[in-house]
Amino acid sequence: MASELIRIRAMVWKDLTAERRTKANFNAVAFLAGAILLLFGFALGPDAAALEAAAGGMIWLTVLFSGVLSFNRSYEKELEGGALEALLLYPGDRRSIYLGKLIANFAFVLLVEAILLPAAAVLYDLPLHTMVLPLAGVLLLGTFGFVTLGTFYAAMASRLRAREVLLPLLLFPMLIPLLVACVEATQAIIDQDAMGFAGSWMKLLVVFDVVFFVAAYFAFDYVIEA
Amino acid sequence: MPHSMLGVSLAPPRWVRILGWFALLFLAVSQVTGFMISAPDRDMGTLQKIMYVHVPAAWTAFLAFTYVFGTSVAYLWKRDLKYDLLAAAAAETGVVLTGLTLALGSIWGRPTWGVWWTWDPRLTTTAILFMIFAGYLALRSFVEDDEQRARWSAAVGILGFINVPIVYFSVQWWRTIHQVQSTPATVDPLYKLGLRLNAFAFLFLMIFFIALRYHAARLERAAEARREEDALTEGTIHV
Amino acid sequence: MLAYLEDDLERARRSRAALPAGMPGSGTAALAHSPSSRQQPRMSNASLAIDLDGVARRFARRWVLRGVTLRVQPGEVVGLTGNNGSGKTTLLRIVSTLLRPTRGGGSVFGHDLVNDAAAVRPYIGYLGHAAGLYDDLTAFENLRFSVRMAGLDVGAGVLDEALERVRLDEFRNERTRGFSAGMRRRLGVARLLVRPPRLLLLDEPYASFDVDGITLVNELASSVAEAGGATLIATHDVARGRGVLTRMVRIVEGRLVQRTLDEEEAYLAGRPPAPPLEAEA
Repeated sequence: MASELIRIRAMVWKDLTAERRTKANFNAVAFLAGAILLLFGFALGPDAAALEAAAGGMIWLTVLFSGVLSFNRSYEKELEGGALEALLLYPGDRRSIYLGKLIANFAFVLLVEAILLPAAAVLYDLPLHTMVLPLAGVLLLGTFGFVTLGTFYAAMASRLRAREVLLPLLLFPMLIPLLVACVEATQAIIDQDAMGFAGSWMKLLVVFDVVFFVAAYFAFDYVIEA
Repeated sequence: MPHSMLGVSLAPPRWVRILGWFALLFLAVSQVTGFMISAPDRDMGTLQKIMYVHVPAAWTAFLAFTYVFGTSVAYLWKRDLKYDLLAAAAAETGVVLTGLTLALGSIWGRPTWGVWWTWDPRLTTTAILFMIFAGYLALRSFVEDDEQRARWSAAVGILGFINVPIVYFSVQWWRTIHQVQSTPATVDPLYKLGLRLNAFAFLFLMIFFIALRYHAARLERAAEARREEDALTEGTIHV
Repeated sequence: MLAYLEDDLERARRSRAALPAGMPGSGTAALAHSPSSRQQPRMSNASLAIDLDGVARRFARRWVLRGVTLRVQPGEVVGLTGNNGSGKTTLLRIVSTLLRPTRGGGSVFGHDLVNDAAAVRPYIGYLGHAAGLYDDLTAFENLRFSVRMAGLDVGAGVLDEALERVRLDEFRNERTRGFSAGMRRRLGVARLLVRPPRLLLLDEPYASFDVDGITLVNELASSVAEAGGATLIATHDVARGRGVLTRMVRIVEGRLVQRTLDEEEAYLAGRPPAPPLEAEA
């Protein structure tokens, strides 16, 4: 068990360090997120009320569209130099690879959101700073589910020719309950609705996260094999 | 009956052929019965009869995907490729049935509500199910190795199916929050009889299609196995 | 071409004769020119290091291995050779559990390759074509990552010592992006030094190595065997492995043919070979 913790920590450290040193991926994703936010603004028109009513949706769609890019990339480093095979040969539970990558991806997407949220607050004139705590709750739960499934499906998609198309194709339909819950909860918080709504959606998120974390964790072993 | 040299008869097994004819007959009878015995719906007229196809198609699609789930689990457990072929056959059938459900739902919705799409919870869940298993089939088409394709499909199939109740619940709740509209229900008991008959008809049809598709997959597999064997034994050791 | 091979063999014999007796890597149990005077591997009741039975593997339509049967005792250093594309790498990957055989099966130290793969992996040390390095990490960080992924947490001292032995210590803090093929492989060897395996699998280890590197590889191979493990070396280069190899097997048309080292060299040199023995042992 202790050895698995060592493995997971090593995996997280490796992914985050490699990422920090290239920065190419993070910068690209962060810029893309900003661009998408802008595009949404233009698509919906300059009416402040309309933007505020759609803010939850715009924010989460931006997270999904920009975040999805990071998942395939997290496996690319493994595919380049034969590192995946080295990973598969180490003694120990292969699911620790999944946990390590999941944690690293989680940190990555949270970091993107840390930039995205203030940008959205500015572009759409949202007083997000007054609702940090509940928003943080939704963000953490939603991002966790997103990253759980993204890391899982990318283990397959990244090894196929059509990876850019296959990952969104497999991932997005599965994320619909998560998207609905996150958008509704976020919008409820922004609109200062009865907390009851946001709370109930967050319960759904917890269920989603738990169910798919367990399912993906157990299925990963079957999927990562060469 | 023509036999190939592959060890698998070219024609489908007898029970499948009999089932096919039976299912077709049963469907014809059910449809006619449905048309005749229940009066045109109070609100929707003859259009309501579309439900005799739309609803059974939805039910059997769900059954087909449940079967995909079962065979996927069986594959991961037993590692017998037969389960993977069954799962794929059921997934294809399910996707066709969901497509039919969606198309008919849309056709029904247009004259009824004036829109092509209604975000009705069941219809929406069906659409999502369609996308999930269309993705399943797309994935299969990109993986060349049998065993890897089977493993990956099983994982995707299992996770996809698990999502169904979650999707349904979340869409339903989402709809309740945003709209108050409910789907008008027909209470005519004779209508229910017609529905049940057609449901069985579709069930038989579904089993027939899955069995037929599985048989075709087995033929492909047998042909490939034969080529495999030939390639394996050819060639001698030169020194 | 024959002349070239003869030159090569001649040079190898001369260089081997030049090594002082007893130096590691000179293949001395005695300074032997023929394999028969090398110590025989222990025939013991211990599980076979490798026990393959009818292993076959195909990729799409092509059968790369058609039925490989191989038994390797602990203490052996077996050379695996064959033409390009003959399946040497595939066989190594199957033994390491990276690939499943399409047909047949086998075991490593008593653990089944397919059903008990997780128990096989702790025994395996693999040095393949691709080094499996992360180019944004330094040599030291790559080595440390490898060791940690094996579940071990060793101090920097041990890692530095390994780097020193493979003469990468001066590149310790350089990112492996700029490393040559030889340097990458040396880092791979460093991994194996920190965590010596029981079954060592080497894929063309003599390529892209200088004399010192080759010595290192051979040392590693024989030390693993002497410690009760075994080594399987896939290589074209019989001459360089002369010091350590106990026997050769050659993959021909997807099956194994057993040879002694002399027979293999004769074959390469183009002289009429002795009648081959069907793969057994």
